[in-house]
This record gives sequence, structure tokens and C-alpha cells, in this order.
Amino acid sequence: MDIIIAGGGKVGLTLARQLAAEGHNLTIIDQNPNVLDRATSRFDAIAVSGNCASREVLERAGIGEAELVIAATGADELNLLCCMTAHGINPNVHTIARIRSPEYAEQIVTMPQVFPVSMTFNPEKQAALEIERLLKYPGFLRRDTFAKGKTEIVELRIDSKSKLKDVALSELSGVVKCKVLVCAVLRAGQAIAPSGTFVLREGDRIFVTAPTATLAQLLKNLGVITRRVRDVLICGGGTMSYYLAKLLEDEKMSVRILEKDERRCLQMADWLPEASVIHGDCSSHATLEEQGIGDCDAVVTLTGMDETNMVISMYAASRGVGQVITKLSHGENTSIADSMALGSLIVPRELCSSNIVRYVRAMENQVGAAVSIHSIADGQVEAIEFQVDETTRNRGVPLKKMKLRPNVLLASIAHGTQTSLPGGDSEFCIGDTVVVVTSGRGILHQLNDIFA
Amino acid sequence: MNYKMIGRFLSQIIAIEAVFLLPALGISLGYGEDRAVTGFLYTFAIMAALAGILYLLCRRAGKLFSAREGMVCTGVSWIVLSLLGALPFVFCGAIPHYVDAFFEIVSGFTTTGASVVAVPEELPRGILYWRSFSHWLGGMGVLVFLLAIAPTGGKDTGFTMHLLRAESPGPDVGKLVPKMKNTAMILYVIYVVMTVINLVFLLFGDMPFLEALCTAFGTAGTGGFGVYGDSLTSCSPYIQWVTTVFMFLFGVNFSCYYLLLLRQIKAVFRDEELRVYLAIAIVSMVLIALNIYDKASALYGTGSDAVRHAAFQVSSIMTTTGYTTADYDLWPALSKGLILMLMVIGACAGSTGGGFKVARVLLIFKSLRRNTRQILNPNKVQLVRNNGRTVDEKVLSNTNAYLAAYVIIIVLSYLLVSLDGHSVETTFSAVLCCFNNIGPGMDAVGPTCNFAHMSDLSKLVLSADMLAGRLEIFPVLLLLSRTTWKRR
Repeated sequence: MDIIIAGGGKVGLTLARQLAAEGHNLTIIDQNPNVLDRATSRFDAIAVSGNCASREVLERAGIGEAELVIAATGADELNLLCCMTAHGINPNVHTIARIRSPEYAEQIVTMPQVFPVSMTFNPEKQAALEIERLLKYPGFLRRDTFAKGKTEIVELRIDSKSKLKDVALSELSGVVKCKVLVCAVLRAGQAIAPSGTFVLREGDRIFVTAPTATLAQLLKNLGVITRRVRDVLICGGGTMSYYLAKLLEDEKMSVRILEKDERRCLQMADWLPEASVIHGDCSSHATLEEQGIGDCDAVVTLTGMDETNMVISMYAASRGVGQVITKLSHGENTSIADSMALGSLIVPRELCSSNIVRYVRAMENQVGAAVSIHSIADGQVEAIEFQVDETTRNRGVPLKKMKLRPNVLLASIAHGTQTSLPGGDSEFCIGDTVVVVTSGRGILHQLNDIFA
Repeated sequence: MNYKMIGRFLSQIIAIEAVFLLPALGISLGYGEDRAVTGFLYTFAIMAALAGILYLLCRRAGKLFSAREGMVCTGVSWIVLSLLGALPFVFCGAIPHYVDAFFEIVSGFTTTGASVVAVPEELPRGILYWRSFSHWLGGMGVLVFLLAIAPTGGKDTGFTMHLLRAESPGPDVGKLVPKMKNTAMILYVIYVVMTVINLVFLLFGDMPFLEALCTAFGTAGTGGFGVYGDSLTSCSPYIQWVTTVFMFLFGVNFSCYYLLLLRQIKAVFRDEELRVYLAIAIVSMVLIALNIYDKASALYGTGSDAVRHAAFQVSSIMTTTGYTTADYDLWPALSKGLILMLMVIGACAGSTGGGFKVARVLLIFKSLRRNTRQILNPNKVQLVRNNGRTVDEKVLSNTNAYLAAYVIIIVLSYLLVSLDGHSVETTFSAVLCCFNNIGPGMDAVGPTCNFAHMSDLSKLVLSADMLAGRLEIFPVLLLLSRTTWKRR
């Protein structure tokens, strides 16, 4: 598919990497020739330099033949203008715009005749949502929710005190006393699809599928954490902090925001009457101690500097904070962060790209496309959610009689309100939601692709 | 340096060369040339063994592939390609001396066409084919061919851009379409189709098939190995005109043909480089035709032949092909001067031709004009534009650096080759015509002579010049730099 990506920033290039790996024809537009130079040396894509909202530049980028335009520059207005211009030249083109301002996002939905935008995305908001979900169930490094919130894939690290250390997977349900399925293990930066005899070691990161209802039980039996998070310290007062504070207020958590810019502090205080906004430099340990960092239930580091975030997180972990969440804007390979006590890692640009990848795949097959796609284990494994419909083959056949492709694992089947981990007797019925885990990139376009 | 990745590329390149040896082997079998057949078989065995060993050694290559690897990979590939490609000549006894054979095949792959063979008619047919086919393969580039057929896949395949940049001629190399594989395919499809059309036209002129094929290969790659000792002098005027036109067409930037396929005809004719290329060619043809008109009746019989010979020689030299129909050594000084000038200018960027490239000449002139105006009005911001778009300053400074490297290499090579003790004209034109990938020079290396009498040192120097000229200097120059081989 011919795709134009406007804006070669962090988000744009992450999208370029994923979409190029799926074999699409990419054209990247950016003002800065140096950015384009680097982009075309790294990805199989062609570059056009100029203003992405100008008709001439879009035409040079081949808007006439393009099927999708993704506007991912840092400016909302430019992104909107780019999508409108693109749609004006080629009315058949789909457009996706990065919109950070909540006001704009709302009027795009309510005024579709004015804004021809097929989809908007907001990396900051997405990241805030992700952090909120982690804070609700502290103890997991990462949660991915499927089947309208009925199924989860959670990430856990096996540390020296973990009950799961040196346990073979076949004995797992005995230890955690509930039904779970380990669908992938990340060991030394390499994703492994484990079998029953696989023994978990210290330092592994495991990805566990479980019905949402059993999550609390799983946590309790693992002895990871029992306390609810009530008191959160957010370092940095950017857009993401605003979104997060807003979400946490609704959850009745007490929020403190540390920000060093005074004017920004005033603005945040104006927007967030419930939260306490503190003017201070969060990279200073004295300031952090003043705020009683050791007594917080959770610390979230969201400053603009990855290094600062990492240092504060490590300090927080050393002071015994139960839940630490670190934002990394540049993290391409999070395996080096494994050796450091950074808690959960949030990479905003990776989060939003999976939504766009899903949209692109859905454009390619109108029928039976994935409901959602989550990339887990440093992007080496994909968890994909499908809906069973009339076109699905092998309906009513027990799982033990189906022939599945290699590298494909059925993680869960949600039937009505009931979510089950698949066993030999499980079968597909119309309306079921199925979660499939695969290590092959871009091979599953619809549910029928899982059959050998 | 990711040696394993380079090794893997090399093994693929050698495998491709081995496959392309098969038609030559078939032709030798068909003509019953026993020595050539055994020569090809030995070479084939060596290539297969080398490719196999390299492949086994470099199976697990890391992913790292930066501009450095791209440059080194290109330079080394071309050298290995030539070292192995010379073997059939030696094994079959056609060119028994290895340095001679190496010179001949480098001249082939770099589309130069400078030869040590006095009488090509006596060569085994298979060898003749292999010699001309090397032009065709070298014209568009063997790495580009690899990019066209290599399976896509892997995570960050963008690194292939480094290979395209290193192998394709021109100051500012870009892709035609987003995918590298498709770009390489489009280039080769245009190339193959144009070669076939050329072949058909030659066959209409009653040229025997193998000769027509070899001539078409030489024209397409802008190479210039003749199938006859006197190049195209004794061919019919029809064949000479066909070759004139096709040489000229292969000297045009291939992206123009792609634009034609997209029906963007206006954009093609607005292309500044194409216009300048046309203008230079036409002006030179007219000047030379007028200049030799008086002598023509004495040399060639009729005055109208003057036009044909002028057109053919201009087209041949400017596109750096190097076929000849007339001995321009006998022409007046002005004509010879024009020929020398055309040797340096060369063809368009992104074509199969060599030389300094019209695009670079254009950029140099424009930046010269800019700098002159800057003296008059120092505070005025002045940009260099090409086809209506501002040229990046980096491209300009690269072009200036290229000019400097170009001149330095010519001077150094001239000094080395002058050890042979030939006349100034011979030495200078030998360096120019090898470095610019043309073929015949003047005087003792002129159209009626060959390079056999040069010393081994000169042949090696000229071989290096040919490689440097074809790969646009830097990939070859970098191989000699100590920093390249240092661990980073």
C-alpha cells in the first residue's frame, strides 16, 4: 500500500520502521533534509523535503496514488491542514492525524464534514491511559487489555524473591493457584515461545494471559503487591502529566506534580484544582526528599529528559517506592534498561503506532481484520485480537483437532461474558473474541491465517 | 566494520557472476571451442568454490550496515568481480598474461572499452561474448542487479540505499519509487527493453546475431569493445546511425525514461541536465562537421560522410562509449580539442555513461556564477537552483570535492603512466579516456591502436583509474584510506 508519512520526528520514524517492515511503499515528508537523509538510510522509503501541508509538496510525494496519509508532525494545526489538503487533492485517501489538543480532537469527531480525518491519535494521552491502567494493578510492568476488558496479557519480571523463580511452566498453575498461560518469555533480549518443560529463571520477563477477573488473585498469590495505590508523585509537568493527573483524579488518587517552570506550574494548578502542583526541580534529591518520595505508593517520571527520568526512577526504587514508572521518549531497545531498577517503561511512540498498524492492516482486508494489535516483548511478539464470524473456518471443531501454523499460539477465547484459556476441547463460535500470539510479524491478517 | 555482511554480499555477487558466465560457456560449446570451454569451466569451478566458502563463513552476519560498509562493499565487489572475470581470458589462452586480462575485464566492467586485443575477430566467440557482456553488466551496475533480484525482508532494509549511492553515478542519487527492490527492477527493465530494441534495429541492418548482440551490449553499457578490429568503421551507414542514436539515448539519465513511462513528458523536457546535454552534443557535432568538411572529401569520399562521422564520434565520446567510425587523430586541432573536452564532460548522471557528468558541470558553473556575483554584492543571499529547486549546499560542496579529487587523480596517474615514455598526447589521453571510461584515446592509444604496448605498471594504474572513474572515485579512494579499516 502507498502510504505518506508527514513528519520525520520520533513518532513518524517509529511508524516508518513498522510500516516498512510490513512491506508498504513509504514516502516521508519533512522540512529538514538531514532528517530525511537519515530516514532513507535506515528504512526502505523515499523522501520529499518541504512543507507537508502544501499542495505542491504533497503532489511531489505522490498523493494521487497514495491510499493513506499519516500526519505526525509536532503541530496539531499543521497535521490538520495536511490532512485537509491531502483529502482535497485526492478524495479517496484515508487520513490519520496526530492531535494532542483535546479541544481539536473533539471537534474533529463532531464536525466530520469540515475535517476529513479518518482517525486521530495522541501519543501523550495513550501513554497516560497506559500508566493509569498500570497504577490500578500495581506490580505488573505492562498490561494489555483485550476483548473489551475481559482478557489481559500482563508482563512480570522474575526477580530473586519471586515465587516463580526456577519453576517449570507445567507446575505454574500449582504455584499461582489459578489458571494462567505464559505466552512469551523475554530472556536476554530474545523472545522465546516456551513449552511446558521450560523453567523460569531470574531476570526473565514473562508475558502472562489471564482473564481480567483473576488478575487480583494472581497478584495476591504471587505476593507481588497487595496495597492499592493512593498517593502518586508525578515528576515533570508536561501534557502527559496533565492527562495522567486528570485520569488519576477520577480514580480518587492523590496526585502531586513536581515542575520546575513557574508559569507552567500556575497553568497546571489552574487546570487541575484537585492535584497539588509543586514548583521545584525534580532532578534534585533534596526536593524529592522534601516531598517525601519514600512514602509515596507510586512515582511516575515524565520529564522531557530520558536521563533525568531514569535517575529519578532509580532513586525512587532505592527509597523503596512500590511502583515506579519511567517514560522513555527515545527508547528503541529497552533491553539495556532491564538491568536497571526503572520499574515499568513507557515508550509513548511505540504505544500509538500499534493502533495505526492495526488501521493499516484493516484497510488491506475489509473482512475479518484484527480488532486490535498489541506488540509485546520489545516488539518481537504480536498479540492480536480477532472476532469469530461467519467466514471463520473450523468453527465447532475442538482445538486439539485443528492444525495451527507454527509460531502461533491461541492465548484466550472470550465467549459471551465468559473468558477461558484455550484447552484441547475449546472451539470457536460466532461472536467469540480470540486473542492470538505470534512471533512472526505481519503474517496474520485475519483469523483464518492462523490455520496451517 | 561488518566484515561478515560484506562477505555475504560478495558471495552473492560472485554467484551472480558465475551464473552470467553460463551463456558464454554455452556459446563456446556451440562453436566447439574446446580451450574456451575448459577455461570457462575452470573459472566457474573457482567462482562456485569461492562463493560457497564465503557464504559458509559469513552465514551469521550482524545487521550493522552503514555508509562505510556500503562504500567498502561496492569497491571490493568490483575488484573481486574483475579479478575473477579475468580468469577465462587467461585459461583459454586468448590473453595469456594475467595483467593484460585484468586490464581487459576491468575495461569491460567499467564500460571503458580500452582493449589490449588487436584483432577481436580471432577471439573465441564465447570470450568475445563475455567481454562485451561485461559492459552490459557493468553499465547499470552489478549491485543494483543484486538489489533487484534479492528477496526483500529483514527489518531495516534501508541500508541498501548506501549501495545504490555508491554504485550509481551522479551528484545526488535518489530512488524512483519508495522500495529499493522496485527501483532497481524499474532501472533494469528499462535497460533490458532498450537493449533489445537496439538489438532488433541492428539485426535489421543484416548484422550477424552474435556480433549484433555484442555491439548492443557495448552500446547499452556505453562500453565500446568492438567486435571488429576497426570498431564500426567498416559497418554500413545504417548501423552507424542506429548506434549513434542509441549511444546517445543510453547517455541520458534513466529517471527521464521513468518519467516518460509515467507520461510526465513536460517534466522530461524541462530537465536542465538533459537540455544542456543535448545542446553540447548538437553544438559539438555542427562545429566538428564544419571543421572536417573540407578534409572529408579527401578522407571519406563525400562531404555528407562528414556529418555522419562527426555525429557518431561526438555521440560515442560524449557518452563515453568509445566506438569509432573514423580516425579522429587525422582531424584538425579544433575537432581534436572538442573531442578532448567531450571526454571530460561525459554523459548525464544516472545513465550508464561515465565522465565528469553533465549534472556536475552544470552545478560547477552555477556555483561559479554564484560566487562571482557574491563578490559584487557580498550581502545578498544567493542560492544555486536546479530544475527550479534549491540545491543543497552539501551537494555543492561534494561536487567541488569531486572536482578536486578528479583533477588530483588525473595528475598523479599522468605522472605514473609517463614513466612509459610516450608522447604527452598519448599519455594524457590514455589517462583521460581510461578515467572517464571512454576507451580510445589519441596518438599511440588512438582509435586505430590499442593498449597492448603499455607497461604492466601503466596497465594497473589505468585499471585503477577505470574503477575509480566508474565508481565515482570515493568508493575506490576509501579502500586506500587507513581510517576505513580502523575499528570504530
